[in-house]
Parts: sequence; C-alpha cells; structure tokens
Amino acid sequence: MLLIVEDPTAFTGCFVIHLFEEISLLTFSFLFSSLFSLPSLSLSLFHSLLPFLSLLLTLSLSSQPLPSHPAAPPEHAKEPLAYMRKAQVNWEKRILKSLNSMCTELGVPLARKRPAVEQKELTNKWNEMGTDEPGKWTSSQSICSDRRLNTPSYSISHDSQVLISLRNPNHDSSEEASAKSHWGLIQVPLHDRDIPQMREAYSELSLTTGQLGIDDHTHVPPGKTRLICTELAFCQDSAAAQQYSRQGCPTGLRADLWALILNSTNEPEDVMHYEQLKAGVIHHDLLVDNLIYKDVKLTASNDDYYFVFEDFLYQVLLCFSRDTAVLEHFSYNSATPPKSYIQGKVGVEEFAVVYPPNGVIPFHGFSMYVAPLCFLYNEPSKLYSVFREMYVRYFFRLVCVCSKCVYTVCGIVSLCLQFERLLQTHLPQLFYHLREIGAQPLRIAFKWMVRAFSGYLSTDQLLLLWDRILGYDSLEIVAVLAAAVFAFRAENLMEVTSLTSAEAVLADLSTLKVMPLIQIFLFATVI
Amino acid sequence: MSVNTVPCTVKPTVTLQIGDAETDSSRPGVYVIDVTLPIGQTVNIQEISFKNYYTAYVSVRLLRRDGEGAAKWVTCLRNHCLMPSPHTEEGSQDYCSVYRQQMLIEPDNVTSVRLILRQPSSAWLNFSVEDIKIHPCLNEDSEWDIPDWLSDLTQVDQLCDLQGLPDPQTVSCSIQQMWALTEVMQTNQTTASIGRFDVRGVPIVYLHMESNVHITFPAVVGEKDLESKEGPVMLHHFLFIYWLNNVSIQTSLR
Repeated sequence: MLLIVEDPTAFTGCFVIHLFEEISLLTFSFLFSSLFSLPSLSLSLFHSLLPFLSLLLTLSLSSQPLPSHPAAPPEHAKEPLAYMRKAQVNWEKRILKSLNSMCTELGVPLARKRPAVEQKELTNKWNEMGTDEPGKWTSSQSICSDRRLNTPSYSISHDSQVLISLRNPNHDSSEEASAKSHWGLIQVPLHDRDIPQMREAYSELSLTTGQLGIDDHTHVPPGKTRLICTELAFCQDSAAAQQYSRQGCPTGLRADLWALILNSTNEPEDVMHYEQLKAGVIHHDLLVDNLIYKDVKLTASNDDYYFVFEDFLYQVLLCFSRDTAVLEHFSYNSATPPKSYIQGKVGVEEFAVVYPPNGVIPFHGFSMYVAPLCFLYNEPSKLYSVFREMYVRYFFRLVCVCSKCVYTVCGIVSLCLQFERLLQTHLPQLFYHLREIGAQPLRIAFKWMVRAFSGYLSTDQLLLLWDRILGYDSLEIVAVLAAAVFAFRAENLMEVTSLTSAEAVLADLSTLKVMPLIQIFLFATVI
Repeated sequence: MSVNTVPCTVKPTVTLQIGDAETDSSRPGVYVIDVTLPIGQTVNIQEISFKNYYTAYVSVRLLRRDGEGAAKWVTCLRNHCLMPSPHTEEGSQDYCSVYRQQMLIEPDNVTSVRLILRQPSSAWLNFSVEDIKIHPCLNEDSEWDIPDWLSDLTQVDQLCDLQGLPDPQTVSCSIQQMWALTEVMQTNQTTASIGRFDVRGVPIVYLHMESNVHITFPAVVGEKDLESKEGPVMLHHFLFIYWLNNVSIQTSLR
C-alpha cells in the first residue's frame, strides 16, 4: 500500500512512504528521523503530517493490544488473575496431550497431503460430503470408526470439571455456613449482576416493550416494524441494527441484520478467501478433520432440525480449521494456540507452526454453533464469514477459562456463576432441595450454556435468543434464560428425588418460548 | 511512563490491629508498608507504581523534607480505590500507578513513602501490594533527542542579562502608547507625512503595506550574548505591532 505525502508548503519534490503489512518500529523511527533532517521543514508541515503518520501506525497493526498498564505483561492484559491463567494452561496441556497420544497411537500424521486422485474426487464430491462414510477422506479408513475417537479430545463433562475445580488460593472458602456462602459449584468470587441491575441493562426487554417472539403472534400487521427494518438494511447502520435486534429481528430480514451487526460482508474478496480455504481442504488432510467428522455425525446429524445441513457443516468447519485469520482473536483470548513442530525439529522456534492453522481444536458439540446459522444463509461463503465472526466475538468465550468481562461479554465461568447466584437469590428453596438430592443445578444447565442453547431449543426460539446476544453484545442472557427455565419448572423440580429425575424434567426444552420466560424472570420476579 | 526508578528499600509489612495480635483470631484489615530512600537522598516523585494483590483501598503518605531540613508527614492520596467491589475479583491483581497529578500535594523532596493498605472484606486470606517502584521526575535536559530547531520555536521565558537594553516591561508600556497614537492616526487620516519615530532599544520590525505581516527577527541583539550561551540560541523579546492599512511605521534599532 502506497501512501504519497506531498509537502503543502511547496517543498521540492514529494516523498513516498511504503506501507508494509507489518511496519516495524525501526521503519517508523527511520521515517521520523528522515522527516526531521529535511532542511526547510516547518512546524505546520509537521502538524499536517501527524495524522498521516498516526494513520500509518494504526493501519499497520492488525489487532491492537489491549489497553493496559505499561508494566503489565501481555498475558496479564488478557487475563489478570494468575490462577485462571494457570488453569487455562493446564487445560490446554491436557487437550494437547490427548491429541498427541491419539496421533501416535493411531500412527496418523497431524497433517498430510492428499494424493491427486483423492483431491479430484473430493472436489467432485464437495457438496455431498455428508453422503459418504466419514472415514473416506481421512488417511486411514479405520480412524473414524476407532473406538478411541468415540471419546473426543475433550467433552462437555471435562470442561465443567475444570471450571468446578477452579479455586482462588487467596479466597477464604471455609466450610461453615454463613450469609455469604455460595451453594453452587463455582467457587470463584467474580462479579455478577443482580436482577435490579439487569432490569436497567435489559430495559428493552421489559414487559411494556413489544418483542418479536411474543407480539408477532397476535397477528398484528407488521407494518411499521418492517419499514424500520428495511430502512436499516438500506442505510447499512450497524449500530442501529444492533439496537433494533434487542427486540428481535423479523425472520425475513434476520440474515441481513445479523450480517450488518457482525460487519460480515460477502464481497468478492471474501468469496475468494473462502475458495482459498476450500482449496486448502482439498490439498491437505488434517487430523482434526476426523474430530469434525465425528462431531457432526454424533450431534448435528442426529438432530431433527439440523440433519439436512450436514454438508454445509462440513464445508464450513473444514474451512474454519484452516483459516489463519482466526488467529487474530488470540490477541484478546487468554488461550494460547497450540504449536506443532516440523518433524525432527521439535523445540526449534523457526520450525514451529500453529496447529490446527486456526488455533482452535474442535470439540464435541462444536458443530452446533454453526447449525442454526444454516437456516439463515444458503451461500457457503456468506455462512462461513458470519460463523467466523460470531465465533471470534462470542463463542470462543464459552470454551476458555477467563474472568475478564471485556465489553460486557462474559466467559463461561462468569455465566455459570451468574446462573447459580440468580438461582440462589431468587429460588433458594429449589436450589437447596436440588443440592440435597445431589442434583446441583449447574450439572444440568452447563450443557445448555456452553452451547448457547443450540440443539436444546426449537430453532425459531433459538434464533430469537441469539438476536438478543447480538443486540446486547453479551452472552449474559444465556445465564438468565437458564435460571428462567429452572424457575418455570420449579414446581416439578421440587418433587423429584434424584439427579436422573431432575434431568428428565429438564430434558425437553423444545416447547419453551424464550422471550416470555426471560421477561417474567427479569421483570415479574418479586424482589 | 518512565523506566527510571529510584533505588529504595521496602520495609516489611506492619499490621495495624486493635487488640493483641497473637490472641486475636480475626485477620487484620490494615497493613502499612514503608518505602525508604537511602539516607540523605530525596526525590521528586513522578509516579509510584505497584502490582495489587487483593488490596481494596490504598492511602499514601510522604515524609517531606522542607528547606530547613525538618521532615514532615503529609497525606498525598486518601483512600484510593483499587477494587471497586472488595468481595469480588475485579481489580484484585491489576498493575496500578499513582501519578504526580493525582496527588493532593506536591511530592517533592520526599525521603520516605508510606502505603496504607485496607481490605475490609473478610473473603480474602491475605492482601498486599507487590513490586513497588518509585519513579522520579525527569529533568529538562534529559537524554531525549530533540533537535535544536524544535527548541528554537518554543518561547522560553528567561530573565536574561539585558546588556544595556531597557527592561521589557517599560518598553511594552511605551509601545502601548505608540499603539494608541496609531489608532488616533487612523481615525484622523491626512496626507501629511508623519515623520520619524525614534524609539530606543526596540528591535527592528518591518511592516509592509501588503497583505501579510512579514516579520524578520533581529539578526543579533548583541553578539556577546550568542557566544556566551551554550545550547540553542534563545531569541530575545520581540514585539508585534498590529497593522493598520494605511499607516506604516518604521522604527530603527539604536
């Protein structure tokens, strides 16, 4: 990228500044010193150049470091609490260990180039990968049917175990019952909000405000709503679309509104990027592809709503694994992308490469993040770019141990804690009863929250919930819904006597209407 | 943020507790940390930086040495909040800085700093601050690489040796009178020539009839001045005279 700056005070000639992808500090200081050495430079030129120079600096940094104290190391900016960082590191080590052991036991390389015949076949079958055996495109036919792959690298129960075992070494967690004792499983004293604070924060969801998901069922003609919406889509105002989304999006315009909120475009360069990723899938086969195949077969294909989208899921997830643009989100994600070394050069940094290329190891249930989006977008490149944006903004927080609420988006630890606190404060009898019978509420609600309810609610209700996630730019509403579901089924739950019967009461959420539940819980609870 | 720090000794933490420390079972909620400089050294503090470890509020007191040598304790920061909610983790392990501008009094000639830490919540087993560093004020002539011409443009108010020139204040008063005169001239314009004004000790100001005011700085006020000074040449006082369309004034340097 060339930036030509002309001297406004008729300095002879003009000088050209080349802007490279990563402008190093050395280059920047060179520019400065060259400016100062020019003889007839006046103060006005310096002032006029300053915005150009600052533009130079901002353009060159692809992802800004988080604002923090100058003495703070970068990992502190992403996650200030030392014990959480430690827990995250240990968790990652365990996952990598299991992936490595899978690799060595099965004798399969982490990545291999596909033979030409296979590449051709895969290109022809790109749109119908779901019809084939999952092991067809992997290096060994037996891999996907291998028993060891039946327990994926990490599973939901493993995640919850890590969170439950989080302890602050400086926290006084004595066993005596006291006013501040927390009955739940998460024993980390993070900040949470109570209902009066949430009433203020979620004022657009109040009982007196119209909501899509409730009021559109009364057969009132859309009229004004639709007009506002099309106007938004026309004006391309992302912030206005986000504000609008808080009250729900009309089904026909949801796809455009979400793309607008997420700043996700489908320009030719995005399509080209997707095609490049697709070419990457065809040329190389990664070990993590097996995890994706297995996950899709076990979860999305068995779901009544999503089994039709199996092909789309493969097309999106396989490309997602190879997208190095996702690595940018590690500047604010406290997780570290796993590294792998070229054979024979273990430990040598020059031969280190991030594996998988996007730094994210898929886990059981990962495909459920993509599945609901398939209802909105039928073009793979568009679907891909929306999913990628949603992952780097929201979903990554559901799979990492972090305490920092940046821009009010909460991580899974805060969500679990928020859920338990809401339940303990407003349904103490229910919580106590469930605790007594050995059915801690978090054990049931965790799987809902970690998937943002995907696969548990019916799709139209799920999309209404995700409207609010986008509208409020936060996953907190997921914890509120989990507590609201418990509140709704409280009577039945008070009568159960074991964990299995509690799970049976809460097994089927597909008949629930999301918005009335949230509204009643937030605005009709007596406090 | 400056990287220089002053070498100092951090004394062990002292607990402030009511009652007997040994027999009392509850944990203390106030700690005091003293940070002392080597004997005889004083510092003008620019910044105090530290890493928090579950301290909710911090107050800072300074032992200042005034001109006569007597030392006095003064409070420069009162109950500065490090954790917005003492029971929860927010801000508990953050890196913090207290800057000169935040302090209630000027932290100059300081020999000792006392940090008073408070943690009212009983949720925490321990609390303190770590890695305390005191950053001194940087001097004007530091190693920053400012080119000469940049400092030329900044007007430094120096009481320099006048070398026989009159006091700027008196000159500006008489110039004011001259300005009033020009105002009068403007209102009563005649074709008669004005004559020459002869003002002693005022640098040359050439004023043209056309649009722009073109001001040349006097080349030299006194050659001796330039030679005796080190560093950049400081331009002495020069005076603007507002321009009027039909009147031109020429003054000459004595």
